[in-house]
Formats: sequence, C-alpha cells, structure tokens
Amino acid sequence: MAKREFDVIGSTVTRKDAPKKVKGEHEFADDLQFPMMLHGRIKRSDIAHSRILSIDTSKAQALPGVKAVLIGSETPIKYGIVPQMPTEYAIAHEKVRFHGEPVAAVAAVDPETAERALDLIEVVYEPLPVYTTPEEAMAEGAVKIHEDNKFPGNIAYEADQDFGDVEKAFADSHYVLEKTFKTSYVNHAFMEPHCAVSKFDTNGELFIWSTTQVPHYLHRHLSKVLQMEMDRIHVKVTGVGGAFGGKGEVSNNELISALLARKAGRPVKVLYSRREVFLQHRGRHPIQMRVKVGVDKEGMITAIDYDGTMDGGSYGGWGLVILFYTAAMLHLPYDVKNVRFRARRIFTNKPTCGAMRGLGGVQPRFALESLLDQIAIDLGMNPYDLKKKNAIGLKHETVSGQVVRHCEFRKCLDQATELSGYREKHGKLPFGKGIGLAGGYYISGTAYTLYMAYKPHSSALIRVDTEGGVTVYCGATDIGQGSDTVLGMMAAEKFGLPFETIHVVSGDTSLAPFDLGSFASRVTVAAGSAVCKAADNIIDKLLPVAAVQLGVRAEQLEAKRGMIRSVFEPGKEIAFWDVVSKYIDAHGPLTATGDYTPPRRTGKFKGANIGHSPTYGFSAQVTEVDVDLETGEVRVLRVTEAGDCGQPINPVSVEGQVEGSIMMGLGQALYEEVKVGRDGRLMNPSLHDYKIPTMADLPELNTTFVESYDPDSPYGAKEAGEGPIQPVIPAIFNAVYDAIGVRFTEMPITPERVLRALDEKKRQEGGTC
Amino acid sequence: MKTLLKLNINGEDFDLAASPGAYLVDVIRETVGLTGTKKGCGIGDCGACTVLIDGRPTLSCLTLALACVGKEIVTIEGLSKGNELHPVQKAFIDKGAVQCGFCTPGMVLSAAALLRENDRPSRDEIKTALAGNLCRCTGYTKIVEAVEHAGQLISGEAHHG
Repeated sequence: MAKREFDVIGSTVTRKDAPKKVKGEHEFADDLQFPMMLHGRIKRSDIAHSRILSIDTSKAQALPGVKAVLIGSETPIKYGIVPQMPTEYAIAHEKVRFHGEPVAAVAAVDPETAERALDLIEVVYEPLPVYTTPEEAMAEGAVKIHEDNKFPGNIAYEADQDFGDVEKAFADSHYVLEKTFKTSYVNHAFMEPHCAVSKFDTNGELFIWSTTQVPHYLHRHLSKVLQMEMDRIHVKVTGVGGAFGGKGEVSNNELISALLARKAGRPVKVLYSRREVFLQHRGRHPIQMRVKVGVDKEGMITAIDYDGTMDGGSYGGWGLVILFYTAAMLHLPYDVKNVRFRARRIFTNKPTCGAMRGLGGVQPRFALESLLDQIAIDLGMNPYDLKKKNAIGLKHETVSGQVVRHCEFRKCLDQATELSGYREKHGKLPFGKGIGLAGGYYISGTAYTLYMAYKPHSSALIRVDTEGGVTVYCGATDIGQGSDTVLGMMAAEKFGLPFETIHVVSGDTSLAPFDLGSFASRVTVAAGSAVCKAADNIIDKLLPVAAVQLGVRAEQLEAKRGMIRSVFEPGKEIAFWDVVSKYIDAHGPLTATGDYTPPRRTGKFKGANIGHSPTYGFSAQVTEVDVDLETGEVRVLRVTEAGDCGQPINPVSVEGQVEGSIMMGLGQALYEEVKVGRDGRLMNPSLHDYKIPTMADLPELNTTFVESYDPDSPYGAKEAGEGPIQPVIPAIFNAVYDAIGVRFTEMPITPERVLRALDEKKRQEGGTC
Repeated sequence: MKTLLKLNINGEDFDLAASPGAYLVDVIRETVGLTGTKKGCGIGDCGACTVLIDGRPTLSCLTLALACVGKEIVTIEGLSKGNELHPVQKAFIDKGAVQCGFCTPGMVLSAAALLRENDRPSRDEIKTALAGNLCRCTGYTKIVEAVEHAGQLISGEAHHG
C-alpha cells in the first residue's frame, strides 16, 4: 500500500470544544435559562402494571405557581423510533406498563412547586399481574402487556433465520459444544441526565433545545405527537454529556417539555433526576441464549446454532432492530457457512431496553468468544490459533449476504497477542492469574433508514467566504465523541487549510442539512463522506479560476498548505484565499453540497435489511486478570487492544473511544446490573448503588491500531466507537477461566459468584484446588 | 422563605437570597448563574458538582449554601486567571482527556486540589484522589495522564503544547 501523506488527517489537533469544556463554558441543556421559564416535573406510577381508572389533577391545578398540568388522555398519539410499530405515549394513556412510568406532568414556577403539585395528583389504578422476567410474561395465560400485540405470550417480535445446513454440519462435526449464557440488565450511566427546554415563539413555532443523539428523529416525533408541521419545529442540540445510545431515541421529557410549553404558553425545562435516567433506560437487553458451536478436526467452525430470548422491557424502542442486529452479528469476524438463529424479544414490566454502545453485538460475542475459547482448550489448541484460522480475510461475504469490503482482523489478532505475550502466557500463569483473548467487529453505519426513505443518510453544505471563512454545515451530532473535530479535519485536509480555521455547525435542524444522527458508529464514514464530497465540489469550482490565473490546466491543480498549486510545476501556485476572492467577485457566493447514501444490500429473508454496512471495524483484545482467591474479587490488570478502525482521523480521539469502551465493558463484566424487585421497582437507580467503574478500577490500557486503510472510505476511516467494546467482556471471562478454571456464563462476575464457584470447584475436585 | 447571605465565589462577594435548605450547587448555578458546575446526580455520587471550598474539593450538591458563608468558594470559572488556563486545564486539553465535558469541571478541580498538595503524585495517588469523580466517556486513562502532565507543568518539568 502506498504511503499516504496527510497534513491534518492522522494528526492530533486540539478539539475546539476542549478549551471551553475545561473552563465549564460548554453549554448543556440544563445550563439554559429563559425569561418566564417554567420547570416541568413528571408524576410517575408506583405500580408496574395496571389500568389507569382515573386521574384527578384538580388540587394540583389549584396550587399557586402551577401553570399547566398534563395527563395521557391529552396526548393519545402513539409513537416509536420504529415508525411502523409505535408503542409509546408521551404520558401513559389508559395503562401503565412499568413502575415509574410517567402518568402526569406539571409545569410550575420552580421545581419545588412542581414537585409539590405532583403529590396532589390522585391516580386510581386497577392492578394487573406484574411480569419482571420473560418466562413470566411468556407463561400461558399471561395478560398482554400491549393489548394490540399480534403475537401471543407477550412476544414483541420473533426472528428465524437459517443459512446452510446446520443439522448436517453438526452431524459431520468433530466436536460440538453447547452452553447457555445470560447477560445482564445494564444502563448507559452517562454523566448528564436528560434535559430538554421547549419554547414557542409568538408565531407558534417550537424551538427545543435537547441533549439528543438524534435531532432529526426528535424532529419527526415532535411533529407527530404535537400534530405540527415539521417546518414549524426547530431542534437544537445542546452539549451532550455522554449518550452511548441512551439518548438515541426520543425521550419522554422532550415531548413533555414541548407539550407543557404549548399548554402553559411559556418556556418549559424538563430535567431528569438520576432515578429518572434509569427509568427512561433504553439500556442493553438482557438475553438468555443457548448457543451451540461445531468444529472439525482442524478447529474450523462448521456450524453455529443460536436460540435467544431478549428481555425487552415495557415498550418497543429500538428492539426490533436490535433483535435482527443480534442475528446479523452472530458469527463475524469468523467465516461460518452454516448458521441458525432463533430469537424473540419479550415485553416485560420493566423500563425499556434499547440501544447501548455496540448493540446487537455484545451479547452474541460474549457467547461465541467464550465457546471458541473453550473449544480450543478442549481440543488442546491455543485459542489464538483457532480464532486466527477461522478469521475472515481482507474481503468477505457472509452466508447472510453481508459484504465486508475491508478487514484487517487477522492483523488485530496477531498484534494483540504479540504485544501482550498471550501465546506464551495462556495456560501457564499461576492459579488465580489469567489471560484471555477475544475478537469483535462492528458496523460503520447502517444501510437503511428506519422510515425507508430515499433521502441521503447524510448531507453537508460548505460555505467559503472571504469574510466568514470556511463553514461546514452538517446535521451530524457531536455527542462528546468529537465528530465536529473529525468533520472539520476532513474539510481542512481537502482545502489544504489549518484545522483551526474551519468552523463546523452541526446538530441543528434549522441550520444544518439532514443527517440521521449519531448512532451505529455511522458519523465518520457517512457524514465524513458528505463533507468530503461537498469540499470536492467547492474545489471543483475553484480550480478553473486558479487555472486561468496560473496559466495551467485545472486538472493539474491541488489545494495544499494554503495554496492552490500545480502538481507538476513547482512554483506555479496561488493563495487559496485569493482564488476564493476572485471566484466570489465573478460568480457570487461560494457554496456546495455533498451527500452520502450507503450501498443498499438486502436478501430474501426476514430481517435481511439489517446488518449491512458500508464498511466494518474490527478489534482483538487480550486481558490479564488477577482473581483474589480470598475475597473473590476479579481485578483487571492489563488490556491490550489492537484495532482496525481504518485510518484514524484523530488518533487521540480514537484512543479515547477505545479506552471508554473498555471501561464500559469492564463494568458490565464485573459490577453493573440494574436490579428489579418482584413488584417491578428498581432497587438501585443511583450511581451509588449501580456501580460503574471509577478511576480506582482503571487497569493498564494499551491501545494500539493495526496498519489499515479502507480505500472506499473517506480518508480510509472506519468505525471506532462501538467495535472496541465487543471483545471486552469475553476477554475478561476467558481470562477468569484461565485464572481459576471456572467458565462463567452469566454476568457480572461478582465476588460472591467467584467464591461460590471456587467452593463448588473444590468440592468437585475433592478439595485439591 | 428566603434568607440573605453573602458568598465569596471566585474572589468576588455575592449578596444573595436563598432558602435555608438550598444546596450550594443550585445557588451557584441558578442564582449566581455560574453554570460550569455540573449536576449529574444531586446526591453526592458522581462528583460532577465538585467545587473548592477553602481549597478542598467539596460536593456542592451535598453542601448547604448557608454553610459556606465566610468561606472561599472556587468554581471552574474561577480556576483560570482570565484567559490564562490553569496547568490542569492545559494538560486536559493537551492529553485529550476531554470528551463530552460534563465531568470535566469537577475532575479538573479535584485534580487541581490534589496537585496543590502534591505536584508529583504517583498513578495510584491520582486514582485514589479522583476516584470520586465519575467519567463514562474517557475510560480515565487520558485523565490520569493529564494529571501527571499537569504536575510536571506545575513543577516546571514540562511545557504546554
């Protein structure tokens, strides 16, 4: 591969938001204040499943300082992020489906008055049976959580995919291993609670400031629920204090703030408490999955059979999409010809599960990477050898028709194992110390939109002006990951200008052209492509003007280091800004647009649209652990990550994505679990009781990249924000197996579970361990 | 019923009216209007609301405003001298320790307080001192590096940039 020379791409620039953030100047939604602004608070059910017989708000309405009270019957329009299957209401309508569901809302002059008013609202419920597990919800005779659900047994959706001949492949296999795995109910636990501020202007147009990953989906939902034309709604994304998927669909507080603002005729802010963040949830689906893998004598995978039951919680959310992503993400990054997937998502009376970093991939990777590790050990192979043999090559098409146009996963396996000394250490460390390997991958955006429109997924407008400078307008949303920086760097590289001089305007439905939002690790590839195309279109306008000035052909010119210059004749050059000035003198404003639509691929089976991506990122991780045999505590000592994210646009930001992913996965593997009581009440909805990793838990993280460049991506880049979380959990579980010889199949690995397992092991081995 | 109180914030006296039960974080954010102090949980779990009171990192969501009369309160807005950033702020920028920025003000103030006591902390000392400030974006690695770097900036062993 030819060495690529860039001035900006691959360098570490100072993010423009960083100086503001270290001074506390970056503005989040809760930092906004408007004259006459009211505070909205939400009354939440203290029952998990019931019919609402009546709501009396008269006392609340009479409380001085209360300006509006809202109940579900005033907003009876159902919505959902999957528009074909709406299941939710802004405020519970006729029925409550989880403990803590909104049943009324109040806007008052201050939060204390609003909260006092909530206590004055009287709701009469008719209780229904509460189902906190899929087993209960699927049991015969169970009451339907959604009465219009067409499936029996509270099944929200089912999936059933078959590729190849699984039965024959198992019959022909040398070795088959089957285990049942259980994943936990975890929350994103971003630091900034949801907050939205809505304001109607005198012309009746709605302005909403919110901490969202998906301003355009919010735009559509507001239009539907408020029954307003979209062009009368303006969504403005404020600072987003972490999201990880949890702000990737519309949140009740957004709709409620707008509805209350309309009713009260004054701006309304609705800020969640931390408990409410846990109730809004949309965290990772707990899945119970039985997974079976067969291999031949050489350790080549012959077949995979998966049967999984997802606990979806009370509403639809992204559930349908995640169900099919789980199918799509079952077997890559390995080459498998025979695959069977049976799964179902079940409604239960709990806060709704949804999109969380690496959705669709994390649970099946946990099962698959654990099974492959065990199979290799059972066959007397090093797990690295088995994984390397089965790893896909540079290009691949899966049995389900997903086209991987670029993959350096084998390099990831090599680099992670070499840097960590995995092959030398595995199976040879003293009892209590262990090392584990796992691989993973993720999409860089999706091939389809949820509403199946032909509108490009990303679009950008660039304006180059002698007075205003270069401004990139793009609907992409910077949720802290640094996408504004990436887009600015790409434009700077294209124009041959310093990054610092590029302005990026994003996350605003009125100012910036359409983009789907920040999810599915799509922004760098999709919005990046749109920005690059727009920049190319600007350059195409400038080069003929420069060519006339220089007396050369336009095709021989490039924009580099502040100049437009001849590629062939050194010295034939003119300053970029002189050309812009001459262009504007002659033609008027200099603007151009660019857009991006991913390749559309599908197949002839249910769910075939899902899983296709323009390109995929890969990674391998080796994790070293120390298990305290006295206390049962698992400590992660070191993680070595080798990632194939294509060309890192901003390497420090990519490292930040990887390091954040590792710590988030570590939390799910070892500590985190939302606990639910029998009555559906959350037992630990606080950052004290729901334990995310602190700095004291930080192991040594060695984040590396493999040499990689996807020639069909903007500047060779692929995703980096969700792939690196895929191997984290199984690498820890595999390391724990290496340390104490116990194959955990349920997360998190708490000290209690370790001690119990060690006792059990001791009993089985007759006290010899 | 509100009471009148005088708070010294970032070297300036503010004459304020607040209810006796008002927490410092709300008075700083809502009454004074300094929104750099963040509120991530409201019950002392996350550290985003950290301010310095007489130099000590303190959770302003658990501290009554009334209890701070006569004390020196420093918020993130008061850490830098005008446009001249504090070494911890410079180091957070240089080392890429900033992602969403919501935990950053509290994290920076906790780090500044640590380095005032000890400008050459070990990694373990940093991890212990900042364990009360949660961050979900960065995975902490670059924050630890930034605090080490800031220590070097303060002791003159390294330069910004």
